[in-house]
Amino acid sequence: MERRTFLNISGLALGTMMLPVTGRAIAADELLAPMATAFKKTLADTALGAATKAGASYCDVRIGRYLNQYITTRDLNVENVANTESAGVGVRVICNGAYGFAATNDMSPDAVANAARQAVAIAKANARLQSEPVQLAPVKGVGEVAWATPFKKDWRAVPIKEKAELLIAANKAGMDGGASFMQSIMFQVNQQKYFASTDGSYIDQDVHRIWVPVYATAVDTASGKFRSRQGLSAPVGMGYEYLDARPEDKIKAAGGVATLYKQSYDVIEDARAAGRDAKRKITAKSVTPGKYDLVLSPEHLWLTIHESVGHPTELDRVLGYEANYAGTSFATIDKWESKTFKYGSPNVNIVADKTTPGSLGCVGFDDEGVKGKRWDIIRDGILVNYQATRDQAHIIGEKESQGCSYADSWSSVQFQRMPNVSLEAGKKKMTPDDMVKDVKKGIYIVGDGSFSIDQQRYNFQFGGQLFYEINNGKIGAMLEDVAYQSNTQEFWNACSAVCDDRDWRMNGSFFDGKGQPPQISIVSHGAATTRFNGINVINTARKIG
Amino acid sequence: MTILTQEQTKKLTDRLMAFSKADECIVTVNGSRTGNIRFARNTVSTAGLSDDTSISVQVAFGKRQGTATINEFDDKSLEKVVRRAEDLARLAPENPEFMPAVAKQAYKPSDTFSARTAAIDPEFRAQAAAYAIEACRKQNLVAAGFFTDRNQFSTIANSNGVFGHQAQTGLDFTCTVRTADGRGSGWVTRTALDAGRFDAREAADVAIEKALRSVDAKAIEPGRYTVILEPAATSELLGYMLGGFDARQADEGRSFLSKKGGATRLGDKLFDSQVNIWSDPWDKDVPVLPWDEQNMLPRERRALIKDGRVSALDYSLYWAKKKGLNPTAGSGNIIMAGTNKSTAELIANTKKGVLVTRTWYIRMVDPQSVALTGLTRDGTFYIENGKIKYPVKNFRFNESPVTMLNNIEEIGKPVIISGDEVAYSMLIPPMKVRDFNFTSLSDAV
Repeated sequence: MERRTFLNISGLALGTMMLPVTGRAIAADELLAPMATAFKKTLADTALGAATKAGASYCDVRIGRYLNQYITTRDLNVENVANTESAGVGVRVICNGAYGFAATNDMSPDAVANAARQAVAIAKANARLQSEPVQLAPVKGVGEVAWATPFKKDWRAVPIKEKAELLIAANKAGMDGGASFMQSIMFQVNQQKYFASTDGSYIDQDVHRIWVPVYATAVDTASGKFRSRQGLSAPVGMGYEYLDARPEDKIKAAGGVATLYKQSYDVIEDARAAGRDAKRKITAKSVTPGKYDLVLSPEHLWLTIHESVGHPTELDRVLGYEANYAGTSFATIDKWESKTFKYGSPNVNIVADKTTPGSLGCVGFDDEGVKGKRWDIIRDGILVNYQATRDQAHIIGEKESQGCSYADSWSSVQFQRMPNVSLEAGKKKMTPDDMVKDVKKGIYIVGDGSFSIDQQRYNFQFGGQLFYEINNGKIGAMLEDVAYQSNTQEFWNACSAVCDDRDWRMNGSFFDGKGQPPQISIVSHGAATTRFNGINVINTARKIG
Repeated sequence: MTILTQEQTKKLTDRLMAFSKADECIVTVNGSRTGNIRFARNTVSTAGLSDDTSISVQVAFGKRQGTATINEFDDKSLEKVVRRAEDLARLAPENPEFMPAVAKQAYKPSDTFSARTAAIDPEFRAQAAAYAIEACRKQNLVAAGFFTDRNQFSTIANSNGVFGHQAQTGLDFTCTVRTADGRGSGWVTRTALDAGRFDAREAADVAIEKALRSVDAKAIEPGRYTVILEPAATSELLGYMLGGFDARQADEGRSFLSKKGGATRLGDKLFDSQVNIWSDPWDKDVPVLPWDEQNMLPRERRALIKDGRVSALDYSLYWAKKKGLNPTAGSGNIIMAGTNKSTAELIANTKKGVLVTRTWYIRMVDPQSVALTGLTRDGTFYIENGKIKYPVKNFRFNESPVTMLNNIEEIGKPVIISGDEVAYSMLIPPMKVRDFNFTSLSDAV
């Protein structure tokens, strides 16, 4: 479930902006000094020792320091600059076959040992009600190792003034392009995560991420209409170099209707285009409902993959652990066991991974100390696997965890979260323009918009940012009021072609929500431009008052 | 250290103000103790207790503003947090829309604390889960749910003499009950300020009954139906719409409350005459803090929709000054007028219709009309001649809450409700609404 936090930021049409700012604010110069590894190891050993002594059969410790910087702008004003830090220790144990978890922001040995003992006490209490003892798939300890996001430019070292000026320049470009109002935000994340377990791992990781969403709104006072267009950037697991736009990373959309981006992003150019597009949308033709062949750009399709493949193949949902909140899944174990369940057409090959450089899911090790991997979820259209953690691997006959454990804070307990889930590029050489040539009556959609799917992931509805009609192999006029409604299995079985790897790129989410109490995760989804035949399109325009 | 008294926080905020060398200083202190228990597959999955207290200090030099927060309370830390905020303020660019801190205000306390809720212990939480689990095990049903309770305080202060302190408690319980074969699903939500008004058995029984009744749902054609929407089916739709009562957005032409030519719909009759919605911090069922923590203005009882007319918009300090109007304290709760009729009475008065337990995954489709999409979930039933005839498959809807509130036929008795994604405490009645737009069927149970 994409949380509405995302929508509240992006919409701006209703309500005030909600930023997920947590933790204490610190001065910029304090961000660069890391905690000493020796200190973290000693603290971790204290917790491991205390938990074991209290009766735990297993213990893991996560020492986290989470640094964020948010710069928010509105038109030509910087609204807010916030530096936040959150640091503390989370201890998870297994005792008598049950989990226990406790966390503290007091990083003294006594407090951490106490948290470990509390976790054991909670596990013992939970064990009395436990009907399914926890079984962890084995993980070999890796000793003392380190991993870092391979960034080139550290966002923490770039002056705030330079960043603020970039956003203001983008907003100005958007307003010059035709927007009445602009908003842009720079989210910058550094997670310093230290993991240690009784399996003998001491893993120090330094994770960097950045996202620069842009929102252009055009208002036509005479008609009373307003329309918005979001930026087409991706949130990435990279450094500030993502904002140093390189010509080789720019791609023309089919028919040249937009400029799209691969490994770097030109925020000023895209903001200008967003302003222009927002204004054009006001007078665009309203779509005629009916069946259309949809040509979906990766900037759009990532969200459909996320909701209709990513979430239904989370094993905890399949098993019922999320029944009271996010829901369960139609992709049940019997369908997987049959080895014949046609999730999609033979063109559909979906791969999960925690290894693609630059992606949000890319880490050296997950929050259970399992090395990042890559595996098939759907092969030639058939459901072949799920996403699992150590305690779930045995349920699907895996000997090892797939490395899908994540917690959004040192104070949150880790659980199964989505790795990158991506559609493989087609093997046949095909560009988006080639793909459009085969379409008689279709719609080309660029960018993600409104999204909603049922609790078992059958029925969905998606909007977008830019819509263009396709008539007899040619991109035509801009359309508005477009959303498509389909059923997951029908939709993926209608997949008729996927462009080749020259067109493959990732997009993703900074705010994927799951669990009670809710936790936020990050995930990327890759795809090339893809075609789906005969999909039901509705007209979303309504009149009130 | 978690739950501080008024005397303690007064001393603390005075100390912080004394450290400040800035033109102005605004302080908020929040502390909470939150407990929870989560269960699924008829067993407890996680349980926890978390304590947190934090101080936020916002200072300004001219139009430059900085904010810092900390969770340590010794004198050295208090001075450090003030200095950090001052450092950030000096680095920040001038904000042309900066507004100075408000003058001293009077806040009339609201009754937001219950000693019974504050005393909830792990045994109470375990019992809340245990009843649903045990009842479901006996009936070959599967329970999943979440119970959480909180005991907290909020303090606000500024260098103009503003000071407010109040304690709050609350609990939320949700439970989903599914048949073992996955063909039926029921759900319940309960929220209470006072634990004495929460009954885990009553709640679980509702979810169990809905699960048993929803087995073997029939598919009926999507289209426009008369619906009886239980409060959990409308709370988030209303939350979406009322969250958009912002004057600046309306004046700027980018809201459903904007009109052609630049005017707003303030004063317009946009809804059925039966619709009356207000906020009131002192409401006995859904009391909230008597101030808006963002701008520290006192909340008042305020009509948002009166006899179907838009009767108020929210003005920030900046926008009010620009427009020469008074700024408003944001609403903390939403109360909709109803009658004494039960949901059963609304059903009895219905010839043909659909009963909707709840709606889910609601997202904006068109901000121009607040057209929303989402789905029904966990108990959707066909009504004929005043009786529930059979369960029906879930629907996707595409509908604007503005249209929904125009098509009201009958209103029932309001109940306390909170939503997954709504920030308000709400008191919402069940409603009978004609021509509700279901656009497709869902196979989800």
